This record gives sequence, structure tokens and C-alpha cells, in this order.
Amino acid sequence: MAVSGLIMIGYLLAHMYGNLKVFAGQQAFDDYAHHLRTIGEPILPYGGALWVIRIVLLVAIIAHIYSAVVLWRRDRHARGGTSRYDSPKARRGVQRSYASFTLRWGGIVIVLFVIYHLLHLTWHVVTPGGPASSPYQRVVNGFEVWWLVAVYTISLLAIGLHLRHGVWSALTTLGAHTSAAARRRLNILAYVVAIAITVGFLLVPFSILFGVVN
Amino acid sequence: MNITVRVWRQAGPDEPGKMVSYDVPDVDEHMSFLEMLDVLNERLTTRGEDPIAFDSDCREGICGTCGVVINGVAHGPQQTTTCQLHMRSFSDGDVLDIEPWRADPFPVLKDLVVDRSAFDRIIASGGFISAPTGSAPDAHAAPVAKADADHAFDAATCIGCGACVAACPTGSAMLFTAAKVTHLGLLPQGQPERKARVVEMVATHDEEGFGGCTNIGECAAVCPKGIPLETISRLNRDLLGALIRPHT
Ligand code: HEM
Ligand code: FES
Repeated sequence: MAVSGLIMIGYLLAHMYGNLKVFAGQQAFDDYAHHLRTIGEPILPYGGALWVIRIVLLVAIIAHIYSAVVLWRRDRHARGGTSRYDSPKARRGVQRSYASFTLRWGGIVIVLFVIYHLLHLTWHVVTPGGPASSPYQRVVNGFEVWWLVAVYTISLLAIGLHLRHGVWSALTTLGAHTSAAARRRLNILAYVVAIAITVGFLLVPFSILFGVVN
Repeated sequence: MNITVRVWRQAGPDEPGKMVSYDVPDVDEHMSFLEMLDVLNERLTTRGEDPIAFDSDCREGICGTCGVVINGVAHGPQQTTTCQLHMRSFSDGDVLDIEPWRADPFPVLKDLVVDRSAFDRIIASGGFISAPTGSAPDAHAAPVAKADADHAFDAATCIGCGACVAACPTGSAMLFTAAKVTHLGLLPQGQPERKARVVEMVATHDEEGFGGCTNIGECAAVCPKGIPLETISRLNRDLLGALIRPHT
């Protein structure tokens, strides 16, 4: 759970950095997309490094979902069924974060999003806003469509909440939570990563929707 | 004050249970929560009804025998044991929901009494030191750093009441297990079996059917002894170390 989650976070940070190249213009963005496929040449074939990344990610995603399902089945049993306490009071717990409630449905939203996202910008099966041959143009066409921006926004909020709990939890699982002061620092770090990724990704669609980039 | 309690009534381990309401008039605010239940039980007995079964022993917050979920919170609104909770924490006219700890490894025996012997089996799988120590050593014979002594002592205050499990959204007993791993793992006497201890205790924890810890923190928030959440991260460190390098 922790290791696979952190691998995905590393990927998300790199992916977000790449997306922000939209602000450097069409040439820079398209060059970047092309460059991703030439990293490591000539030792690796064209697109080789990208495939290495894809395989690592796929393994991480499968490991993450597998662990989530195993944990979920174990937990549902352990806590004595779904309707645990009859009392309707304290349903929100004593101190737990809102984010900690969203991991399961949030995770499902994220999977559905990733599938749609691949169909959209990797495989070009769906082409909201019209097809195009340049990666930059595909992005711009898509995000001129308001409902696509809405879909991406909801998904990134789910990712933000997932990361708010996930970053804290992963680092704690790995033993970084050594004191009350460390707890404060890890929680701040989780907020920073969650907000940076959510806002960083959303900058692009909103800039296009509002015509800052076109 | 006059209150109403809604209590989980269950005649036996395999019987169905349900919440039953009782009015409890004339409650003194200085009564402990368990004394309030004692008074209710006297009245039930006088009326020829079955008294409500609940566990308690020392009634001074040190044995860990008592413990019920009050209004959805393990041990109720104060961070203390149920026996140390007083009726002044509630107000006239309140309706209190009283339920047993709920977790698969803690089956209900009767009403509010659950079987917590799963905890004993976790301890039996490593929560001890087997060095023959003889009589108590001189205090300065094996120096212990002050910070380690403090952390070990914090962890050693666990009374094994089970509130952490009752509060945990995933039914994990990691705070309990981590408290013993930390207590012994920080002291010189605990070193020889440190790695085997954490591996064995976590394995037994999982076999008993407790859930996995997801670092939500409800356990530490209800722990009557205030065992800190970072105790679990200490266990995680020991466990990672033991799994990566089992023999050094
Ligand atoms: C199918 C999609 C997903 C599902 C069903 C899912 C499910 C979960 C669940 C149930 C947890 C809970 C673990 C806990 O409570 O601590 C979790 C944790 C986590 N998730 Fe996901 N997740 C998904 C996708 C993602 C993605 C796309 C990322 C990264 C972008 C991610 C990063 C994390 C991290 C870092 C953790 C913390 C790991 C830990 O607690 O040790 N997850 N996930
Ligand atoms: S009865 Fe001993 S701790 Fe409550």
C-alpha cells in the first residue's frame, strides 16, 4: 500500500511538471511529449523509457488495488460487520480527518478517471472538443469543453483527498512517525503534496477553459 | 438527574441481541458510570428482570477490565476508563447509548461483556522476556536513557482494555500490540527477542482476525492511558527492520 502509493506519487509529480509545459507554448509542449519517447536512446529503443515507466506504474497500481481489496475484506470482517454500533452519535469518530473517509470511493473514482483519461489523451478513443494530431492541440481542444473540466476537477479532488490521508499514512507505515512533532510535520507534508498535486494539475484545464492558454 | 439508557441486551454468545431502553431516574452526578449501571441493575433485579451484564474489577482505572461504547465512543466522552467516568459528564434528560466493544475477535458473551482472550494470545506469542533475571537488579546495573525509559513507561501503561480495537474503523489492535512491542523493545532486557517478538506478535494479531492499521488515529484518541499514536510507527520500524534483516 505505502510503497506502491509513493511510486504513484512520484509519477504524479513528474506528470504534473510535464503538463505545466503547456504554459511554455505549443512547441515546448509537443517537444516535451516527443522527448519522453526518446529518453535513453540509443540504448533504449524509441519509446523504451516510457514503457519502463508504464510497467513500473502498472505493477504499482495492481499492487495498490490488490492490497486495498485484501485490507478491505479483512477490515470489514474484523470490525464486526458494516453496521457496527447502533448509536447514531459519533458517526464521524472522535478526531479522524474527512479525507480518511474518502479512500475507498475516492479510489474507485480515481480508477474510473484513469481509464477515461487513457482513452482520452493516450489512446485518443474519445476526443471531446475534436481530434488533433498535436498533443498540445488535443489538450486544448478537450479543455475548452466545460464538462470535461468538471470531470477532471471532481477526479482531482478525489486524488487530493486520497493523498491527504495517503501521504501521511504511507510515511507512518514506513516508520517516519516518531513523535508528536513528526506527526505535525507529516500531516503538513501531506497537505502540501495533496494541494500541490490537485492545484498543479487543475491549472492547465482551467487556464484553457478561461482562454489564458489557447 | 433523570436519564434514559439504551443498552445492548444479548442473552448469550449465539443469541440475537437488541437495544433496550430503560429510564434511570434520580441519578447522582457524582456517581460513576458503573455505579449508575449498578443502581439500574438493583432495580431490574427487584423487578425480577435479568440485570445487565458488564465487566469491571478494580474500578479505579488500572486493571482494564471495564469498557463499553457510550454514545458511539469507546469509554464515552472523557478520555478515561468507563469506571472513571462520572455522571457529571452528562446532563439531565440525556439518552445514553451503551454497547459492547464490537470486533470479530471480541465475540459478545452476554450483554456488554465480550471475550478479549485474543489479547492474551497476542501477548503469549511474544509480549514477554524469557531471560532468567533472578531478583530485581540494582537500578544502575543496566543504564537506560531517560527518553527511552519515558517512552517505554508510557507504552507499559497499557491496561489491555481493548478500547483501541472498539474505536478503530478497521478493527485493528495495533495500538495494543505496539504498546507491548515498544515497552520491551526500548529496554535492554527486551533486546535479545526484539525481532522475533514483533514478527510473532503481529502474526498472531493478524491470525486472531484483527484488521490492518490505516493510521486514522481513533485508537489513541480514546486510549484511557493516552498511549501515543507514534507507538504504532515504532512497531512498523521494528517490523520492517526484522523483515529486512531477520538475523542481525
Ligand atoms: C483503484 C484505485 C485506488 C484504490 C481502490 C485505492 C485505494 C486505497 C485505499 C483503500 C487506501 C487506504 C489505505 C489506508 O487507509 O491507509 C489507499 C491508500 C493510498 N493510496 Fe490509493 N487507491 C487507488 C489509487 C491511488 C492512486 C492513483 C494513488 C496515487 C496517485 C494512490 C495513492 C495512495 C497512497 C500513497 C496511499 C497510502 C498508502 C498507505 O496507507 O500506506 N492511490 N488507497
Ligand atoms: S474496572 Fe479496572 S479499569 Fe475499569
